[in-house]
Amino acid sequence: MPHALLALAALPAEAHDVMALGQELRLPIALILGLPLLGFLLNGALALWKPDAKGAVSLIGPGVLIAAFGIAVAQYLKLSHLWHDQPELSPVATLWNWLPVGTLQVPFAFQLDQLSMVMLLVVTGVGSLIHLFSVGYMKADPGYARYFAYLNLFVMFMLVLVLGASFPMMFIGWEGVGLCSYLLIGFWFTEKANADAGKKAFIVNRIGDFGFLVAMFLIWQTFGSLDYANVFGKAADASTHLAGGATITAITLFLFLGCTGKSAQIPLYTWLPDAMAGPTPVSALIHAATMVTAGVYLVARANVLFALAPTTQAVVAGVGALTALFAATIGLRQYDIKKVLAYSTVSQLGYMFLGVGTGAITAGVFHLATHAFFKALLFLGSGSVIHAMHHAYHASHSHDDPQDMRNMGGLAKYMPITATLMGIATLAIAGIPPFAGFFSKDEILAFAFGRGEHTPIFRVYWAMGATAALLTAFYMARLMAMTFFGENRTGDEARHHLHEAPWIMTGPLVVLGVLSIAGGWLNLPEFAASLGTPELLHHWLHPILAAGDRVAETLGTAPALPEGGAEHMLIGLAIALAVLGLAAGFFTTLKARTVPAHDAPPEHGFWKVLYHKYYVDELYDAVIVRPLEALSRVVLWKQVDQGLIDGAGVNGAAWASRTLGWLGSRLQSGLVGGYVVLFLVGALYILGMVVWR
Amino acid sequence: MLLGPALALSALLFAIGVTGVLVRRNAIVIYMCVELMLNAVNLSFVALSTAHGISGQVFVFFVMTVAAAEAAVGLAIILAIFRHHKSVNLSNINLLKG
Repeated sequence: MPHALLALAALPAEAHDVMALGQELRLPIALILGLPLLGFLLNGALALWKPDAKGAVSLIGPGVLIAAFGIAVAQYLKLSHLWHDQPELSPVATLWNWLPVGTLQVPFAFQLDQLSMVMLLVVTGVGSLIHLFSVGYMKADPGYARYFAYLNLFVMFMLVLVLGASFPMMFIGWEGVGLCSYLLIGFWFTEKANADAGKKAFIVNRIGDFGFLVAMFLIWQTFGSLDYANVFGKAADASTHLAGGATITAITLFLFLGCTGKSAQIPLYTWLPDAMAGPTPVSALIHAATMVTAGVYLVARANVLFALAPTTQAVVAGVGALTALFAATIGLRQYDIKKVLAYSTVSQLGYMFLGVGTGAITAGVFHLATHAFFKALLFLGSGSVIHAMHHAYHASHSHDDPQDMRNMGGLAKYMPITATLMGIATLAIAGIPPFAGFFSKDEILAFAFGRGEHTPIFRVYWAMGATAALLTAFYMARLMAMTFFGENRTGDEARHHLHEAPWIMTGPLVVLGVLSIAGGWLNLPEFAASLGTPELLHHWLHPILAAGDRVAETLGTAPALPEGGAEHMLIGLAIALAVLGLAAGFFTTLKARTVPAHDAPPEHGFWKVLYHKYYVDELYDAVIVRPLEALSRVVLWKQVDQGLIDGAGVNGAAWASRTLGWLGSRLQSGLVGGYVVLFLVGALYILGMVVWR
Repeated sequence: MLLGPALALSALLFAIGVTGVLVRRNAIVIYMCVELMLNAVNLSFVALSTAHGISGQVFVFFVMTVAAAEAAVGLAIILAIFRHHKSVNLSNINLLKG
């Protein structure tokens, strides 16, 4: 658009910049989204017609994502330059007008601001690494092309989720990633358990999606718009009469219900551990690094709304803290290496919600990013271990479980690279400085402690979080000790076949290892300012969070970091808990004389409760699933379907038309006289109508 | 003017015709009663033409033409029925019974 025209329209200079920038960004954003979509179409076509063309798939699958990552980095370089002068610039690229219904206008638009930029880089960056790892991990699978088609589609939807400029756009991505998650959990669907796990994930997520939908309706009713810019702008303007009200509390609680589904929080977390039925790189990408963090992203995105509802914040933080502690205890007594990591993920997601619920959005997003690095590394590392175990058992024709840690032990000797990198990730997740997890976890706990000064319940949350930190260190050390140290329990014959993974798998692990060490530099705390520039991420996200922070200031709910003695106490405690947990976990596990899975004695006492995950699945089965099935069978099937629909509806309609037909046929006497009488009566009736009308 | 008596006669003839159609069973008699009704109508036409112009009388010709055609077709049908059933009693002819 020519400048003169805009000058005539008397638009401010900055608005021009934003609009022009949005126009400019249409192509790169279309490419970032289109490349994974193209990958999905090509790989999908190959999966249908040439499933053996693995070379082409290996090129297309990771290729499109690396290209998308390259474009994302280019946009980062360009925009970070612009943001330096104009931090408030959040360009919206409208691709087309999607839902123009009266006053409801939902354009197919994408917003590239500082928050979506972080998510974009994490999704495409970590996604690229996991795609590369998959090339090695899935090489021998007959569904290779199908796998990459689903994986590409997932990335496309995930990018729609994080880039969308309105709630409906996010919802498209939200549902799309749910679909891909279902497809990938049930990837080996010939095993019924895997297909069931996929269905469970999908159905449990639907409960959360219901909350998201209701929240959207309420937002539409309250603000008359669904665009981020409009909704958050109006919410900030109307903060005085919205704050703490029932409307905003309902909106945020329903949004959070959506988060508990997608991000596996109590009470909807049960699908995530079962989701480990999918291939391990899928667990790393979808069920650790990206999709499950969508809920955290949602809260961060809607930080203004959540800041306006302190009650919801307390609920979010409380559920987060409880989930962190609860899942960590379950992780103590799992033997499947992926199950331990799954409960660890649930627990770490709880931390993120503790962070964003406290109002420390930066800390939550920071933990999201570092968790993406070290948890992806842990999952891919476990994939590398499972890969080796699977091949060893395959070569020796054994039917033992290649994922059971009781069958491992001493693997560090056979796979030193994997062992070293998983060790780094363990230190990171346990919170040993200066690894990434220390800074992000410490910041969350510090903010929770700080907010406890005015709202005492947050002190309880802090205590739960700190205990969970101790347990995290314990179960991770247990995992490392059981898998990589001590005596090998794989079996004499299979042991000779154990080997390190190929470079295509260890390569991404090395990159993630570097990120797990260096991730903390994203947002160094003030006390570590000697290590580098502190609070980079905080300043980076400031334009997104400023409105929410202002609201929190006025409401007096802004969490303050503890200073002086309290600060040192917190740091010391965090390190002490991590070291204590690691040491206790490591040495008790080594001392405990683990026996292979098929010789293992049954569990006793509280360990049994933990081993059976507090029987939550059984509880849900008894309280929800079975009554629902009984209701469906006895009432809906036998009564409603067979009685009402089949009986009254279908057979009733047939009976009614047959009876009416029989009644009508009585008129057909076949006697002409009768017809004439009727004819006459009719004629007289009409005559009467004409005369005496 | 004879309009009133003429219309009364017409109505009487029509009523006789209707009654005949209703109560008799013999197809020939019913047919004759139908003719009676037609001619009762004709009488009304003619009588009313004195008050409303010539068109009533013209219409009578059309009615007579149609009645002649109907006579041909109707008698042919009755003959065909008689050949089939050896009777023209309509009580026996109920093939259209539902």
